[in-house]
Amino acid sequence: MIQPSIDVKNLSKAYDDVLAVKSISFSIKAGETVALLGGNGAGKTTTISMLLGILLPTAGSIRLLGEDIIENRFRVMHRINFSSPYVDLPRRLTVRQNLMFFCRLYGIVNAKERIMVLCEELDLYEFIDRPTGSLSSGQKTRVSVAKALVNEPEILLLDEPTASLDPDTADWVRSYLKDYQSRKQAAILLASHNMSEVERICDNVLMMKLGRIVDQGTPSELLHRYSRTNLEEVFLDIARDRASPDIQDGDPPRDNLELGDL
Amino acid sequence: MTRTPFEASQTSTENISDHTLVRSSSSLMRIYAVLLRHLYLMKASWPRILEMMYWPSIQMVLWGFITQFLMTNSSYIAQATGVLISAVLLWDILFRGQLGFSLSFLEELWSRNLGNLAVSPLRPVEFLISLMMMSLIRTIIGIVPATFLAILFYKVSIYDLGLPLVLFFSNLLIMGWSIGLLVCALILRVGLGAESMAWLTIFLIAPISAIYYPVEILPDWLQTLAWCLPTAPVFEGMRAILFGEGFQLNLYLHSLGLNLLYFAIGMCIFLWSYHVARKRGLLLQIGE
Repeated sequence: MIQPSIDVKNLSKAYDDVLAVKSISFSIKAGETVALLGGNGAGKTTTISMLLGILLPTAGSIRLLGEDIIENRFRVMHRINFSSPYVDLPRRLTVRQNLMFFCRLYGIVNAKERIMVLCEELDLYEFIDRPTGSLSSGQKTRVSVAKALVNEPEILLLDEPTASLDPDTADWVRSYLKDYQSRKQAAILLASHNMSEVERICDNVLMMKLGRIVDQGTPSELLHRYSRTNLEEVFLDIARDRASPDIQDGDPPRDNLELGDL
Repeated sequence: MTRTPFEASQTSTENISDHTLVRSSSSLMRIYAVLLRHLYLMKASWPRILEMMYWPSIQMVLWGFITQFLMTNSSYIAQATGVLISAVLLWDILFRGQLGFSLSFLEELWSRNLGNLAVSPLRPVEFLISLMMMSLIRTIIGIVPATFLAILFYKVSIYDLGLPLVLFFSNLLIMGWSIGLLVCALILRVGLGAESMAWLTIFLIAPISAIYYPVEILPDWLQTLAWCLPTAPVFEGMRAILFGEGFQLNLYLHSLGLNLLYFAIGMCIFLWSYHVARKRGLLLQIGE
């Protein structure tokens, strides 16, 4: 049996009396893109933070590339990367300096070569020597994507990667990520509020609400299950407690099922 | 944008065929990465470098004039003309060392880069080592020009202290790091609201560090407190050399012992604070 790239079991996080994530389980195989959907406060960012090892879970286990991330995260951190709206790249450094810094941080010896490849792939040449803080949102996003790919990660965790981008740039980023994933067989987990993005690039969807995974499946399975024509309507059904017609009382909870089981 | 991603990916596929990442798992490379990031920042901003040199030089010039005045009015100063200037320069090693450590840490918070570091292969201890290296670099940039100005303006050379200067310097720098560790631990716990502590904390120990006057001037109970700090033995040791009593090994060992203790405590408190930040999810969100 092929080991999943991301394997989460009974993961919970409590802040004092508030349970932000409630015993969720899921796994993601190499080459698979999975979306984490849910309203604000659903637990998406908390889940991603735990996967990144910067938030300690209250209970449960996380294995990334076969390693226990809670105990041994430094054994795999060089094979993982992320992008989040909660962090910036140092604004006063030029794009080239930022990429050099992150290349060194991730132990890339042939950094200049890697930066050239990223410049080529993400079309960064025109602003490579400009301070990162002076770039437009679209340009900054391309640099953030370059940073997230600097170590050719086998696992990519993306928190709202196309938030606040114009449709053209957002489309460009999605295409690029899809292309990278198919070339490198990376496992990608992305939290997003953009349903069309999810329909376009994700193989599977985890629907979160109030810290639980309330449903999961491929985009087409979810559309079929809720008899809807797009994921936004499915999202609204779940957010407003309009259960899918084929979920009956007595069905097992979906949050502990493997994606492949559905 | 000049090309579609599909055009870009076609080009990249050609590149990728002959591009293989060469990786290293060396701690030194990660420490170097953080140093590089701060050196880039300094290189891009000459006012930052000027600011590092400004205060130590101004302080030294001010105390130089005070020394010149006191030389004609005080037998104490007349015995050792460099005592006040040497004291101010050594005090600045401690201050710049602490500030260099804390500001390098704050720089990561101001630029919202701490999350990037926390999610990278950089281990907390490696991060702390890089902050110490930056503190050393910033201290040298700040202090060395002031020492040459002291020679130029007042004919006082701190280098006349000889080899003990290296011991004083290292002791004061380590003390600065210990205080920096506590300041950074506090900022990790309560956020950027506590950033002013980076500038203020050091002055809490200034009155009992015996910088410009001997410990015996202090009231008895404060003398006890002063001898619990690594700073008082350093400044007493400096005065012993300048007043011709030679290097006092007992004072050095006293200072070193306390320093190692406080440094270990500082490390433990920072690492505990980092652990709490991981538990509470503060590393991505730390701010005001």
